Amino acid sequence: MTMAIEADGLEKTFGGIVRALDGVSFAVPSGSIFGLLGPNGAGKTTAVRILTTILAPDRGVARVLGYDVVAEAGAVRRSIGLAGQYAAVDENLTGRENLAMVGRLNHLPRQVTARRATELLEQFHLADAGDRTLKTYSGGMRRRLDVAAALVAQPSVLFLDEPTTGLDPQSRIDLWDTIEHLVEGGTTVLLTTQYLEEADRLAHRVAVVDHGRVIAEGTPEELKAGMGTTVLDIGMDDTATAAKVAQLLSGVGPKEPSVVGTTVEVPIDDGPRAAMEALRRLDQQGLIPASFVLREPSLDDVFLALTGRPAEDLEAGAVAPADGRGDGRSGGRRRRRRARTGEVAS
Amino acid sequence: MTTQPTALAPSATATATAASGTRLGWVVADALTVTKRNLIAYTRIPESLFFSSVQPIMFVLLFRYVFGGAIQVGGGSYVNFLMPGIFVQTVAFGAIGTSIGLAEDLQKGLIERFRALPMARSAVLAGRTLADLVRNVLVFVLMTAVGYAVGFRIQTNVIAFLGGAALVLLFSYALSWGFAVIGLSAPNSETAQVMSFPVLFPLIFASPAFVPVHDMPGWLRPFAYDQPFGRVIEATRALMAGGPTASYVIDAVIWCVALLAVLAPIAVWRYRRVG
Repeated sequence: MTMAIEADGLEKTFGGIVRALDGVSFAVPSGSIFGLLGPNGAGKTTAVRILTTILAPDRGVARVLGYDVVAEAGAVRRSIGLAGQYAAVDENLTGRENLAMVGRLNHLPRQVTARRATELLEQFHLADAGDRTLKTYSGGMRRRLDVAAALVAQPSVLFLDEPTTGLDPQSRIDLWDTIEHLVEGGTTVLLTTQYLEEADRLAHRVAVVDHGRVIAEGTPEELKAGMGTTVLDIGMDDTATAAKVAQLLSGVGPKEPSVVGTTVEVPIDDGPRAAMEALRRLDQQGLIPASFVLREPSLDDVFLALTGRPAEDLEAGAVAPADGRGDGRSGGRRRRRRARTGEVAS
Repeated sequence: MTTQPTALAPSATATATAASGTRLGWVVADALTVTKRNLIAYTRIPESLFFSSVQPIMFVLLFRYVFGGAIQVGGGSYVNFLMPGIFVQTVAFGAIGTSIGLAEDLQKGLIERFRALPMARSAVLAGRTLADLVRNVLVFVLMTAVGYAVGFRIQTNVIAFLGGAALVLLFSYALSWGFAVIGLSAPNSETAQVMSFPVLFPLIFASPAFVPVHDMPGWLRPFAYDQPFGRVIEATRALMAGGPTASYVIDAVIWCVALLAVLAPIAVWRYRRVG
């Protein structure tokens, strides 16, 4: 099996202090979707920036289609497309002009560029908006155009850095469909995400990144194994009661319950039956929960299962994109709560 | 999106064309692509062009009709003395656009995208400075018209006047590279603009732009006279209003070339280091 992307021992430190990557290695087979899953500040964006030749690693080697990202950066750039986590498009240009510019800068002939722009506007449902400036576009439309721009030169390897962060649910599902169709055409996709759901849905293989390291790698099924298919969150009034409840509910699901603050998280397989069992046990002890929620497993649960602790943000500033919006700065816990309930997080 | 699975086979077209063009050809083509993009952007925000023209026009009116009467210039009318200074001042302020534009591109992540494209590394800076040069040509034409409306007349000949225009624009191009350095160092476009003004103000006002140098205090005169704005303004004035020309023009061109030779490499170095 040929590898479209290989990263071997990548290290990167910013300003001599923040260790964004601490020996990251992985390999992506041609024609597959690979997910880098991790919280803000885990080093996902830094890895993408190194693989797309924007940043040189301090140590380690990375290859795209066999080309070294440092020594053969030009060859790498001719083979890749990149869409960032913020839509890097010119808002003073029309959608078509943006695509044409990227096509020309990819050194495509003028006619090819024009044809590709029309195709992509059609494909991304922007045909009607194609000749309007981006100032009139919604956030979702800009993001779609950003991804379209990454596809103008028909790259064999596509990098999508948190492509659906900040998108509404419908746009997210649309984009997922698009990505799946691309891979049917033979494109290799590396995608970063904070959403287990997204990695699960799209990626053939997933590497979980934490503090600049890959802490687990496998198929989504392998990662989810042992976590239970559903999670039962039971909020109690204080931590002591929560700890008591965690003991009480031992054996309700395939794994032991864990306590996060005043909430007991119980991985379960059989939703309704396990929920009733949990309520029965609580009732017998005269315990009344403050909240009782059934939900899909989240990135946090993967982290709990893998490391025994919740996902944590690093200082996001050093690894945030150059635009300085630093969307990881505002309270990691709150953000993960949003991520876990599947709301838009930006 | 119900997408047709468009065949996205490895891009034969891209590699083929990239191999066939000469390197220098791409350097020029990429710079022109970015220039075009910046010029289109300017046409999409006409209010910015409008308001950036209002300020120099107000300066013309202010000095022509308010302060002008109090300023003594040896021989000739004040408006003929004033306009060469106004031309230099206007294009210098216009060159601030370079710092604002680059800071904005950085802020919005566009430079990040450019860095992952197989384009010439020089294109972003070359395209930005070229677009701002084109913009300054238009501004110069506009200011010439305004000057004519308030009584400015060429005292030499059209060739000399066009030589003066070329010098003013060469100077603005050199300044653009300096503002590129500021734009690449600023955290955002607003700061880039605020950082640019203090650089320009002393250079423009402590110069012979509006007032003859011999009316300034003794300690200020050498600076006002020898700094690049002083030399370029005197040379432009000589070319448009007459008087001894050769030594001023030679000094001015040397200043322009020297500024370019120093500022362009610094800008390129900054560009390599950002992000």
